[in-house]
Amino acid sequence: MDNLGERCEIARTATGRFLHEPVREPATAVGARVETAGRGGHASPLAPGLWRNDLGVQLSSAAIEKPNRRDFLYIATAAVGAVGAGAVVWPLIDQMNPDASTLALASIEVDLAPIAEGQIVTVKWRGGPVFVRHRTKKEIDDAVNTPLSELKDPQTDQERAKKPEWLIVSGVCTHLGCVPLGHEGQYEGWKCPCHGSVYDTSGRIRQGPAPANLPVPEYTFLSDTRVKIG
Amino acid sequence: MSGSPTYVPKSALGRWFESRLPVMGLVHSSFVAYPVPRNLNYLWTFGAILAFMLTAQIVTGVILAMHYVPSATLAFASIEHIMRDVNYGWLIRYLHTNGASMFFFAVYVHMFRGIYYGSYKAPREVLWILGVIIYLLMMATAFMGYVLPWGSMSFAGATVITNLFTALPLIGTGVAHWLWGGYAVGDPTLNRFFSLHYLLPFMIAGVVGLHVWALHVAGQNNPDGVEVQNVERDTVAFTPYATIKDLFGLSIFLILYAWFVFYIPTYLLDADNSVPANPLVTPAHIVPEWYLLPFYAILRAIPNKLVGVVALAAAIILLAFLPWLDTSKVKSAKYRPAFRVFFWLFVVCCVGLGYLGSQEVSDTTTWVARILALGYFGFLLVVLPVLGLIEKTKPLPASIADAVLAKTKPAEAAAPPASR
Repeated sequence: MDNLGERCEIARTATGRFLHEPVREPATAVGARVETAGRGGHASPLAPGLWRNDLGVQLSSAAIEKPNRRDFLYIATAAVGAVGAGAVVWPLIDQMNPDASTLALASIEVDLAPIAEGQIVTVKWRGGPVFVRHRTKKEIDDAVNTPLSELKDPQTDQERAKKPEWLIVSGVCTHLGCVPLGHEGQYEGWKCPCHGSVYDTSGRIRQGPAPANLPVPEYTFLSDTRVKIG
Repeated sequence: MSGSPTYVPKSALGRWFESRLPVMGLVHSSFVAYPVPRNLNYLWTFGAILAFMLTAQIVTGVILAMHYVPSATLAFASIEHIMRDVNYGWLIRYLHTNGASMFFFAVYVHMFRGIYYGSYKAPREVLWILGVIIYLLMMATAFMGYVLPWGSMSFAGATVITNLFTALPLIGTGVAHWLWGGYAVGDPTLNRFFSLHYLLPFMIAGVVGLHVWALHVAGQNNPDGVEVQNVERDTVAFTPYATIKDLFGLSIFLILYAWFVFYIPTYLLDADNSVPANPLVTPAHIVPEWYLLPFYAILRAIPNKLVGVVALAAAIILLAFLPWLDTSKVKSAKYRPAFRVFFWLFVVCCVGLGYLGSQEVSDTTTWVARILALGYFGFLLVVLPVLGLIEKTKPLPASIADAVLAKTKPAEAAAPPASR
């Protein structure tokens, strides 16, 4: 509705609002009607003669160009209104961001002591699966000794595992999000049942449509038997 | 009563769209060029305030529904989750609960304005009846909303109000079981109340559309109760006059609203509702929310169960018949001195009944409530019909313009402009 005023031909001050008289018409006597033919836009107020006297403004081209007190008030009000509108709208949008209870689960601690060598444990972190794999010596050697030229997404095993016996990777297939099955596939890593992506013992993509290695989340070892993920 | 030339957009794209769906023209003729009596006072800003409050309640309500769980075991905890965990959840919750109270405060001002100035009289009878329908929908919505937190008072309120239906002979208990989805208020009741609480505000919005449409057919009433005769002399364009006046009225109203939300957000909340619902224990002191108190007092004042329920319903339904109950040809109380007295007595009855509704039942409160209830029904059924036939009214002004100019004429001699 704001644009209606601007798009119709109306007298303009610096803000161009609410002075609904055309520039070139002379001021009329009280009660006289002002013809509004040919303006093809905004309808004139219903009592133009009275209104003009109400305003007490005689329009001339000189008066139109200088910004006046009214323009200042309009712009200042609009500016404060915009800040107010922002202040009102922000909480309504921010409430959809993760809330305190979700953020509290942003990090989890995992006890590594019960995980046997060769075992893969799946934990829930930020709503999704994370594989914690206690790797055997063979699995570590296979991962380290892979030439990078064989990898679609080249990464060394050392880049991916802080301690070689513990591999911690996200359990979400980088193709379309299914959870791959552990100890499957020709590399004894993981294989995704949905479209056949095959990962090795470092969680790197070897075959299939997935474009990237299983992502490594942020993690820290709090001790030899406790790791904090996230 | 639009009286404005057809709106033609400036741009070619605008004209293309307008010829297919004339929305801009509709907005223009309804809210820009629309003629509004020039003598309206600030009581006429409450329509816009109500439209704002409905929007505010829908926005905050839809957001709350993103986090609320409508299950008897989880509802109370989900409200605590909103208050503590959800970003700005506390703010949105308090906006919604206090918003409901502000909504009713505004609607009561709006309705009393209508009664005082005779806005329900011809040709605005349908406008008034649509308003009564909106009021009924608001009460249903508010009642169901209050049940959702599943506190002790929520549960008690749901039990009492749904039990009203058991007063109906023969079918009463069946209807109650049907409403509850069981043998008492429980999880099925809560779930369906949540669904209906989400639905009804959009029905309110629809009836509000009809209400504004009916208003624009007849045009606003005004404090002098004299219809517009000459559009040029008696009216001003909605934009910018009524627009700015509504915005100003709304700003003052929002200050009051913000005062509640930020300084005393729990002032209107009952402490018992901070205790989770227990079907085996009823709180010592049951009260509905303040805006339902007068009707609660009328219900309690009558010793017979069925008659009490009928009186409660009648107290609201009778409002729809106001255009025919009032026989006076003069609209505005400004020119009806005797009516003015009875009007304020009626207001005292309403407020008094509201106060009594909040108090514990005793012999004193019962007989005072009976007197005030008699006053309430007496005003509607006796005073309004009779007064119109026997009252002496003051002479009406010849037109709205004359009424406005009469304020400034003593001060100025020659043809004066209306004061700014």
